[in-house]
Order: sequence, then structure tokens, then C-alpha cells
Amino acid sequence: MSSERIIQVERDILGKNDRLAADNRARFRADEVLVFNLVSSPGAGKTSLLVRAVSELKDSFPIGVIEGDQQTSNDAERIRATGVAAIQVNTGKGCHLDAAMVGEAYDRLPWLNGGLLFIENVGNLVCPAAFDLGEACKIVVFSTTEGEDKPLKYPDMFAASALMLINKIDLAPVLDFDLARTVEYARRVNPGIEVMTVSARTGEGFSAFYAWIRKRWAKLKQAERTAQG
Amino acid sequence: MHEMALCEGIIGIVEEEARKRAFAKVNVVCLEIGALSHVAPEALKFCFEAVAARTIARGARLEIVATPGTAWCMDCSKSVEIKQRYEPCPSCAGYHLQVTGGEEMRVRELEVD
Repeated sequence: MSSERIIQVERDILGKNDRLAADNRARFRADEVLVFNLVSSPGAGKTSLLVRAVSELKDSFPIGVIEGDQQTSNDAERIRATGVAAIQVNTGKGCHLDAAMVGEAYDRLPWLNGGLLFIENVGNLVCPAAFDLGEACKIVVFSTTEGEDKPLKYPDMFAASALMLINKIDLAPVLDFDLARTVEYARRVNPGIEVMTVSARTGEGFSAFYAWIRKRWAKLKQAERTAQG
Repeated sequence: MHEMALCEGIIGIVEEEARKRAFAKVNVVCLEIGALSHVAPEALKFCFEAVAARTIARGARLEIVATPGTAWCMDCSKSVEIKQRYEPCPSCAGYHLQVTGGEEMRVRELEVD
């Protein structure tokens, strides 16, 4: 007689990552840290954008950065040159950061009480979409050199992000970049996505980005006060 | 290649279930993969064999139940079926869609000895 039997499981494949992400989120909440997960294709300008942003925000907030790359600590060194703490995570052959890596990196950062944490994910528009790290939201950095139809080609990432930062906007005139079409495509996959144009090189558009961060930060504080009653 | 990480997740679940429910061999691993999830079933099948080798799931067959993508059309105020995220509403051709289903990546059941 066969001993074969069927076992009902009904468990999420990413359940372990999601539990660790929930742990991270609870720690971030306890420390009142606002966390952004920056995603993009390689070369969209995430690090240049972060170097400018942390330099200009570091007098207003405690800031930490977690840098994900397959190899090298080049990006963390660029951040540290601004005086902001950065932890480099090398994923080796891995194509994305996961919640365990972020939890361990967060342990190694100074206490960011009431501040900001930027996680720069591995440059890859596919895999990082699936992995919750415990962030408040994902920010997708898209650059004008990439072609307007990127949101349609990689819809999962644009669907998973709350904000699209269109970088290298200073190059738009020479590229005949069609901003309206890009935004239309992004909103086909995510009707609620917010959009801002910036140039990490010239600084154009960053004040609006900072205002967006400050608004989210104020909301987080408000939520904390309400939760504490 | 996040498919490798997903396959490792599947094997992790199978190994935990084996400890809890005391079985020694897995014949079939049945998954539920939504049309709008982060993985293509073919890519999972390709990786699964490699990741399952030298684990309790060695030689197990992967069965994938595909669940449809569903969305709420804010203009039609009704639920519609979509195959991709960038598809328009099949009724009004608009893009004001909120995805409501088809993002699942789950281990549904195991056939074990």
C-alpha cells in the first residue's frame, strides 16, 4: 500500500523574507526612522543623487545609507566622503538586497533616532521589486537616457514604487526626451505613482524632493504621536 | 536571478514541513503563481531542479497552478481580468486599474511519502 499523502501547506514563498522585513519595519518604527528603498537600472544615477541629497539634508536629520552592490565598496566610500555613515553590503552573485542583509547592516549603523535611512538597492529593475526590506516605500530612479518605455518593459518595479524620480533632466533637451509619455507609461502600471524631475548634476528639482521627504517625515511623526495617544 | 532565491524559499518551506509532519520524500510540490507575480513559471521550473538536488525535495515534480490577474477599474467600478500590469481595462480601455489579485507566490500543497 502506498503511504503517499497530500499535505496542505498554503505558505508564501517569500514568507521568511516578509517576516524579517516586518521585524526591520518594527525596529525602524521604534527608532522613528523614515526608510526609503532606492531602486533603478544600473547607471540611472542613484549614488550621485544620494551624494547630493545626504550632503544637503545632513544638517537637518541624522542620516544613514545602506549601499547594495554585487562587488566593491566604491559607493559607500562616495557617501562617507560627505561625512554621512554608510554600510556597504556586497551581494556577491546575488541580484537584490533582502531583509536579512538590511537588518544586519542596520545593526552596524549609528543610531539614527528620528532620522532618515536610504537603502540603495542593487542596480536591477527586476529582482528587487519582489523583496520587501521593511522600507516606508520604494523610490524608482529613472534617467532620461533610458528610453520612455522603461515603465512598460519593467512594470513590476514601477508598480511597487511610490515615487519616480526622473534624473538627468538637464540632458532632456539633447535627448529629445518625452517627459509626458514617460509619465503616461508609468501611470499605466501605477496610477498612483508620484513623479518628480531632478538633476543630480545641477541640483535642479531637489528642493521639491526634500519637501516630499519632509512631508512624509512629518506624517510619520504624526502617526507616532497618534499611536502613543 | 531572483528565481534562485525563490526556489531556496520553496525548499526552506518543504524542509520545515518535513520536520513538523515527519515525511522523508516529496513527490510533488504544488505552487500557486499569480499572473502578475514577480516570476515566470518556466523560470522557476528551470531553477527548481538545481536547487532541489541534495535536499529532501530531490527529484520532486513542480506543479504550478496559475492564478489570473485581477484589477478594480476605477472608471467602470468593477473587477476585470488582466494578463499584464500595463494592460488597459478590457471594458473601457482606460488605465485607472488597481491590482486586486494575481500577485500570489505560494506553496499550496505537497504530495509526500
